[in-house]
Amino acid sequence: MPGLFQQIQAGKLWDFHGGIHPPGRKEQTNQKPIAVLPIPDRLYLPLRQHIGVAGQLLVKVGDRVLKGQQLTGADNSMAVPVHAPTSGTVLSITPHTSPHPSALPELTLVLEPDGLDEWRQREPLNFLTCDNLTLLSRIQDSGIAGMGGAGFPTHIKAGLTQPVDYLIINAVECEPYISADDLLMQEAATTIVKGIDILCRLLNPKAVLIGIEDDKPIAAAAMMAACSQREHYYVRVVPTKYPSGGEKQLIQLLTNKEVPNGRRPADIGIVMQNVGTAFAIAQAVLDDHPLLSRIVTVAGDTLNQPQNVLALLGTPVSALLDACGFQSQPQQRVIMGGPMMGFTLPDLSVPVVKTTNCVLAPTAQELPAASTEMDCIRCSACADACPASLLPQQLLWYSKAKDSDKLNEYNLADCIECGACAYVCPSEIPLVQYYRVAKADIREQQREALKAEQAKARFEARNARLEQEKQERQQRNQQLAAARQQQQLASGANTAVADALARIKAKQAQTAPADERNKEQILAERELKKQQARDYQQQKAQQQQAHQATEPHSGQPEQTAATVNTDSKAAAVAAAIARAQAKKAAQATEQHTTEQQVMPTPDTGKGNEAVVSAEADPRKAAIAAAIARAKAKQQTQTENETSAPPAAAGTVDKPTAESNSAAPEDPRKAAVAAALARAKAKKQASAEATEQTAPLATEAVIADKVVADAVVTEDPRKAAIAAAIARAKARKQADSENS
Amino acid sequence: MSFKIASSPHQHNQRSTAHIMRLVALACLPGIAVQAVLFGYGVLIQLVLAIVTAWLSEALILKLRGKPVLSRLKDNSALLTAVLLAIAIPPYAPWWIIVIGTAFAIIMVKQLYGGLGNNLFNPAMAAYVLLLVSFPLQMTQWLPPLSLQSVDLTPLDAVCSIFTHYSCSGFSLPQLQANIDGITMATPLDTLRTDLSRGLTLDESLSRPVFFAFAGTGWLWLNLAYLAGGLLLIQQKIISWRIPLAVIASLFVLSAIATLAAPDTIAGPLFHLFSGGTMLAAFFIATDPVSASTTNKGRLVYGALIGLLVFLIRNFGGYPDAYAFAVLLANMAVPLIDYYTRPRTYGHRPRSELK
Ligand code: SF4
Ligand code: SF4
Repeated sequence: MPGLFQQIQAGKLWDFHGGIHPPGRKEQTNQKPIAVLPIPDRLYLPLRQHIGVAGQLLVKVGDRVLKGQQLTGADNSMAVPVHAPTSGTVLSITPHTSPHPSALPELTLVLEPDGLDEWRQREPLNFLTCDNLTLLSRIQDSGIAGMGGAGFPTHIKAGLTQPVDYLIINAVECEPYISADDLLMQEAATTIVKGIDILCRLLNPKAVLIGIEDDKPIAAAAMMAACSQREHYYVRVVPTKYPSGGEKQLIQLLTNKEVPNGRRPADIGIVMQNVGTAFAIAQAVLDDHPLLSRIVTVAGDTLNQPQNVLALLGTPVSALLDACGFQSQPQQRVIMGGPMMGFTLPDLSVPVVKTTNCVLAPTAQELPAASTEMDCIRCSACADACPASLLPQQLLWYSKAKDSDKLNEYNLADCIECGACAYVCPSEIPLVQYYRVAKADIREQQREALKAEQAKARFEARNARLEQEKQERQQRNQQLAAARQQQQLASGANTAVADALARIKAKQAQTAPADERNKEQILAERELKKQQARDYQQQKAQQQQAHQATEPHSGQPEQTAATVNTDSKAAAVAAAIARAQAKKAAQATEQHTTEQQVMPTPDTGKGNEAVVSAEADPRKAAIAAAIARAKAKQQTQTENETSAPPAAAGTVDKPTAESNSAAPEDPRKAAVAAALARAKAKKQASAEATEQTAPLATEAVIADKVVADAVVTEDPRKAAIAAAIARAKARKQADSENS
Repeated sequence: MSFKIASSPHQHNQRSTAHIMRLVALACLPGIAVQAVLFGYGVLIQLVLAIVTAWLSEALILKLRGKPVLSRLKDNSALLTAVLLAIAIPPYAPWWIIVIGTAFAIIMVKQLYGGLGNNLFNPAMAAYVLLLVSFPLQMTQWLPPLSLQSVDLTPLDAVCSIFTHYSCSGFSLPQLQANIDGITMATPLDTLRTDLSRGLTLDESLSRPVFFAFAGTGWLWLNLAYLAGGLLLIQQKIISWRIPLAVIASLFVLSAIATLAAPDTIAGPLFHLFSGGTMLAAFFIATDPVSASTTNKGRLVYGALIGLLVFLIRNFGGYPDAYAFAVLLANMAVPLIDYYTRPRTYGHRPRSELK
């Protein structure tokens, strides 16, 4: 068994599954020489004519440009520039109907030619002496993108670093009517071969395979003659069958290799270029003639004179058709591209672009419009025709059912939209259209899924960050507590502790029945508390001024906290205000009630409110937690600076006990209890802060945070657990402080 | 000026569903002709009855379902179902047999499953089985070939006996069924099965006059006619060669092996291929696109399965001929067959390597 290379050398051809034999109808155009179109009145140059991104605009409205001058830059590896096809003035840069199936307007530069056709400075290269990088940048700068179909930037394919076994030159041109490449080969075979030489220098392939369909004998002969001096160039005449010009099909045809799914031809050592591209490369390198024009087959029975024309890029289709004697019919279709894969144009101002190989204006008899779609009879004619060995009837079924899992299972993604299935379908089902819609749907779904995934990742990252911060804080607190203990031992001041203890007890007595209290009471309390808060506000303002005098950076953490979540600023602000109010109120009550402890604590109400609002939006809760954190930090700083007197370690027992007793099965009660605990702790903390005995504040913040976390999870059981954890932590800390 | 927007491809080959169905129906003509000549004109009357019933029931259901009637009738699928059923039943069966059968095929088997393309079962064969099970007597009353008939039947006789159970000259069907010697004639397959169950050997049975050459008088020609029509369809690329070939090959191989193993009780492959409805089933019924397998490998499996079932039922089952049951059973296996015989998509590794 000879090796693959020997078989290829021996001229062996393979076959691909399926394929169809539509009438070629190339004789309309393939015997006539290429006509050169006069320069039209206006040229419409879409800024993006290829796969990839548009380059930066280099000119502005009103500029005079010379033939071959770059209009957009090659500022990105996926960008290829657009050039002025002739000299003239930039009239405007506006959206214009794009030569794309969607016909969506795209940014287009409108050029008014001045008729002088004046060239810019040109610098031909000698490709034998210059290095690959120069060649590649010349190819890119000349605006060359694949001229066969999709318009993939050529310099990327030509600049591959992977080893290349076979360079395949696609001259198959399997679509009916089109003979642009045929004529190019007939008239410019030597230039094409020079272009192939340049590609060979860049890619260094083992062999060059030039695939030509057997309905182009003259072109094949011309290419063979032009290649006669190159011993590793092989012209391969392949049988006429649609779609043998498809990249994957031609690879299979010439090398019996298949491109594994999800990979590119380069992965199996193959690079494919269109003949037109090879020609453009030769022009660009040897003449410094960038891609300014291309050969377009203008065909169809509505034309008096169907022929191939050399049209400047940007020439509107109407100019092409007029030059060929177009007589429009009712219900006229004008197709850009071939009858199998081309798309109909909504109007004739659409310009010729780098990938335009054909403009078709058929009569209704010539290419009858699709008649009514019938039911699929499962005849499998489509499956027999499919070059990708798909089962189009199953894909149709699942496309109609919108079953994207099944569509994936049946490899919808491998459909090349060649239209062979729809061509043979006896029920005239527009299969390709169904697949396009299904593909678009799947793409949309994937985009959504990706978005959700990203959001989830963001969410998890944030949770992890919060968790980490919490842990760090705990550590710090423990260290601080240890420090405080030392201080306590040193000073032995017990009065503060006793005071705090008494206060807490009294408070507990008031707040314990808070649950049972009816609503009116709570409302009344709230009212009262608001009043108090207002009273206190003034006081607080004064206090704050004093504070700020002593602590210049106290405002900072607050700020960072507020900016954590820019997208929910409003929520953050609201939460912050709520919190600030709660705290203020707490401080106020503290001041007002230190002596006469009979007053019920309105905090509970406020605390509940906070919880309620947090529940409404878990995000808010998180923000609140962040704010709390920031505050805690602030307070720690205060502490550090003022080296507060020993903390009232014993006081912690009380809230702990309370939350213990309030650890009911009912999750809502748990939340309320937690809120109570938090509110109390905070109050205490603030009280102590005002008295310069701040240590408990941090604990309050922890409890706060845990509650917030619990609310975030929205799971009542988790909330209960979180509350329990908070309790345990508080107790632990209290213990450590006690000891 | 506004231009018409259409989706690619803008070109279509000119073969439509209606065209395909019509060609398949036309390809039955040689078989119908042979049947009319050798077994009497009853088949023509059955055809007319079947087609009229099919059109009426299809139109009725389409109307009820709110679908366009005329365009669907024009797809010729109802016509084809009617033709296949009409040529499958005994030519002198009473008129209501074909009417019930066709209506059942169109209304229950085809339209109630969702119309053309959605039916799991081959409508003609489902109706055939229904008739066979419900009216076993009428469904097995095949007349002997004309050459063996005791009385000459005119076309008018055919009409009379189908509508009145008696020919114009007053013979009842059982009387007509009797041959020149006054012995009731059954189909060769039927005769063989009865003889074998009576303990006769194969050779003894095959010496009866109902057998001719290696198949059976008349039946050989009938099968050859369907074979010709079927080959025409394959040549026209209307049907795939895979299913007929698989049916014939599996029936041939199985009966060849079996006849070697039990030469006295099991008839040889040529008898099986050219007797009964083998060729009709292989080329016209098993290839019904809607209910057959749709993958190339699957078609081979499907055809082979039909061959196997025909062989088993004919030789070991309770019915003399079996293609209707075989096709229905194979229809049931189609979704499974299709699923496991999906072709390897370009660029994908074979499924066996995926595991
Ligand atoms: S060719 Fe059309 S009718 Fe036939 S199976 Fe495919 S989709 Fe169905
Ligand atoms: S359009 Fe897709 S499914 Fe249809 S034949 Fe081409 S590759 Fe196969």
